[in-house]
Amino acid sequence: MEILDHLIQGFAIAFQPLNLGLVIFGCALGLFIGAMPGLGSVNGVAILLPMTFLVPPTGAIIFLAAIYYGAMYGGAISSIMLGIPGASTAVATTFDGRPMAMQGLADKALITAATASFIGGTISVILFTLFAPPLAAVALAFGAAEEFALMMLAFATFIGLGGDDIPKTLFSIFIGLVFSAVGLDIISGQPRLIFGDISGFLHGINFLVLAIGIYGIGEMLWTIESSKGDVQISQATVTVRRIINDLRTLKDTFKSIVMGSFLGYFVGILPAAGATPGSLMAYGVAKTISKNPESFGKGNPEGVAAPESANNAASTGSMLPMLTLGIPGSPTTAILLGGMVIWGLEPGPMLFIEHQEFVWGLIASLYAANLFSLLINVAFIPAFIWVLRLPFTVLAPIIFVLCIVGGYAPTQDMHDVWLILIFGVVGYLMRKLEYPLAPAVLAIVLGPLAETSMRQALLISNGSFMIFFERPISGPIMAAAMVLFLLPIFKLVKDKFRSREAT
Amino acid sequence: MKTLCKTAVMPVVVAAMAAFAFSGVALAGWEPKKPVDFVIMAGKGGGADKMARLMQSVIEKHKLASKPFIPINKPGGSGAEALVHLKQKAGDDHTIMVTLNSFYTTPMRQPGLGVDVMTFTPIGRMAEDTFLLWVHKDSGIKNVQDFVKAAKSAGNKWIMAGTGKGQEDQLLTNFLNKAYGLDMKYVPFKGGGRVAKELAGKHANSTVNNPSEQLGFYEAGNTVPLAAFTPDRLPLFKDAPTFRELGKDFVYFMQRSVVGAPGMSKEAEDYYRDVFKKVFQTEEWQGYMKKKSLQGEFLTGGDLKAYWQREKDIHQKMLKDIGEI
Repeated sequence: MEILDHLIQGFAIAFQPLNLGLVIFGCALGLFIGAMPGLGSVNGVAILLPMTFLVPPTGAIIFLAAIYYGAMYGGAISSIMLGIPGASTAVATTFDGRPMAMQGLADKALITAATASFIGGTISVILFTLFAPPLAAVALAFGAAEEFALMMLAFATFIGLGGDDIPKTLFSIFIGLVFSAVGLDIISGQPRLIFGDISGFLHGINFLVLAIGIYGIGEMLWTIESSKGDVQISQATVTVRRIINDLRTLKDTFKSIVMGSFLGYFVGILPAAGATPGSLMAYGVAKTISKNPESFGKGNPEGVAAPESANNAASTGSMLPMLTLGIPGSPTTAILLGGMVIWGLEPGPMLFIEHQEFVWGLIASLYAANLFSLLINVAFIPAFIWVLRLPFTVLAPIIFVLCIVGGYAPTQDMHDVWLILIFGVVGYLMRKLEYPLAPAVLAIVLGPLAETSMRQALLISNGSFMIFFERPISGPIMAAAMVLFLLPIFKLVKDKFRSREAT
Repeated sequence: MKTLCKTAVMPVVVAAMAAFAFSGVALAGWEPKKPVDFVIMAGKGGGADKMARLMQSVIEKHKLASKPFIPINKPGGSGAEALVHLKQKAGDDHTIMVTLNSFYTTPMRQPGLGVDVMTFTPIGRMAEDTFLLWVHKDSGIKNVQDFVKAAKSAGNKWIMAGTGKGQEDQLLTNFLNKAYGLDMKYVPFKGGGRVAKELAGKHANSTVNNPSEQLGFYEAGNTVPLAAFTPDRLPLFKDAPTFRELGKDFVYFMQRSVVGAPGMSKEAEDYYRDVFKKVFQTEEWQGYMKKKSLQGEFLTGGDLKAYWQREKDIHQKMLKDIGEI
């Protein structure tokens, strides 16, 4: 029971007054950073990194990890309340969270998100505690071919997302892929699609720019039109009785939460993937295994539970390659990694042996961060509901300002703000013409990862596509992806067959 | 007792006088009037980013500047985005940048940018990063001779992982290919950490990582350094000979420098030079240099410009050799 000893030691460190205070402060801060559109955990951790020189390294990482965790909880809040994903990890939460809020079920959506995050976080920390070193070996075994296979699986889980109009879904995916190709091509080292020499395109089109544009600005335009001057857009209320009732009905989403937790964790430990693909995949899988997939996208609590449990689980998961291999599993852990260098710690296989206090203090504090994030989140739900009850004439300008600030903050480039406005108008028009928007967002997140890994793998294999099928890990993943791709066709054939039998 | 008092008091007096003198200088000189844009020519989490954030933390910890330095990552186009940004900020006293060797290569490979780095304001070279040739421990390769033999028989199936196209790692790969008659295949990945992991996971056969990138795996015994691209052996890796010792006179460094926007005022230039000179002398920076096997003295002004000119010429030749320009 060596692990248990370590963990108890870790708790002794995590519950030192200074560290516990840092956990609570970090969770609360992270919650608000995550809830601000555009300001995700990446920016929060980056901004606060220099402060950590004031406390010992263990306290510093505990503080930053608490912010990371809090931001994962917070991301769901703006997804649900405003329909704008607070961070890329919370995109999938908007798909069902926003419709729930519009139906006056915002309290239920928020509670579902918070509880799912808590369970996802807890399951993943337990997995982390028990199996960190062997899972590091799994992460190490993932090369370019495996990464591409995983991306294919992610695309495949989303095959049903677009709705019924296949040509429009395809259009949406392809436009997303084109956007994702803008910027530097890492293989040839040449800039692509930068419209002559517009230097703002050199960093590519950030996913957040597209998401804030079509979900923030586009959603606002849409609401202005659909509410027809009615200033009260949501009939959200919250009472203690409703909260208790919400908690009682949570067991319906239990399956999705557990699935999301495990899926999120395993995707999270793979380098380069991170929490965004994890949460998107969890949403896709939840829809696929659901008894009534049609209700997804229209306010199904499972559509909130699955991605929220997955993104928290993945954020724990992505700490694993950071600590054991010294490679970041997500943009936020990349900054944490920089922090470790500043504190004089060498991430890598030796960290677990040479700096046990640091590692186990961090792990124990993740348990605590999870609990406090949940409590703080639930305590603030009435305040969030109050925001939603503001007249739209007040809310709309606030959303607009948040969108602009959120789009400017990460790159501090006006270029991105103009793009947001353009995407907003185009997103609104696409929605009016009934084009599904989620596939475009998915494509811009997964596109660059898939493209790079595919070309790296093909370079290695001298252009032979067999590399994706021959290798022991990528082969089965690729096969699973193929089955999922073909599933709708089987279904179509079956339905045709059945309807013919019926007549 | 009296002498004891005296010896205890003396340093205090000296320190107070020094502080007085120093504050006098600071009052007379230029100071930033708003937060300083601290542009990083690479993405978050990379080697340049880590170093920039370390500098920022040191500045903040020791209160070396009166206004905060705000890091902004501009990784686009192998640093092209950052270079263009700096060029557009000509004459600005509040924009500085952390840079590396794409400072030379990116403007050569993308002449359309119209960037002439020699117009940039030289503030300080904080260090030179070193490179080594690495293989996996399980490959059984112990020295460069074994390496050449194995790579030769593998032909173009030998995979060298590196960061980016037409950048440091590929230049070194090209050198090795030419010097030893090899046909290694270069596969670019995003970031040195990722490259190190590709080797540790045996997806690549060799890398030319910086020490800071491979250190974790090296300490765990997963990877082995075969030789260094430095004039002398590195203290951290005493067993790895230099290529110079092996009869190939080839030395390559990566600069870790801070530059200012072109046309920055002389007063601002002096101010930043002072700040970064102090950063260089702090215990934290010196400790970091030692730990990550960084080399080089603090260079500034005309010396730094001369260094850039020399390095620029070298890179021009190397890029011509691999047909990138």
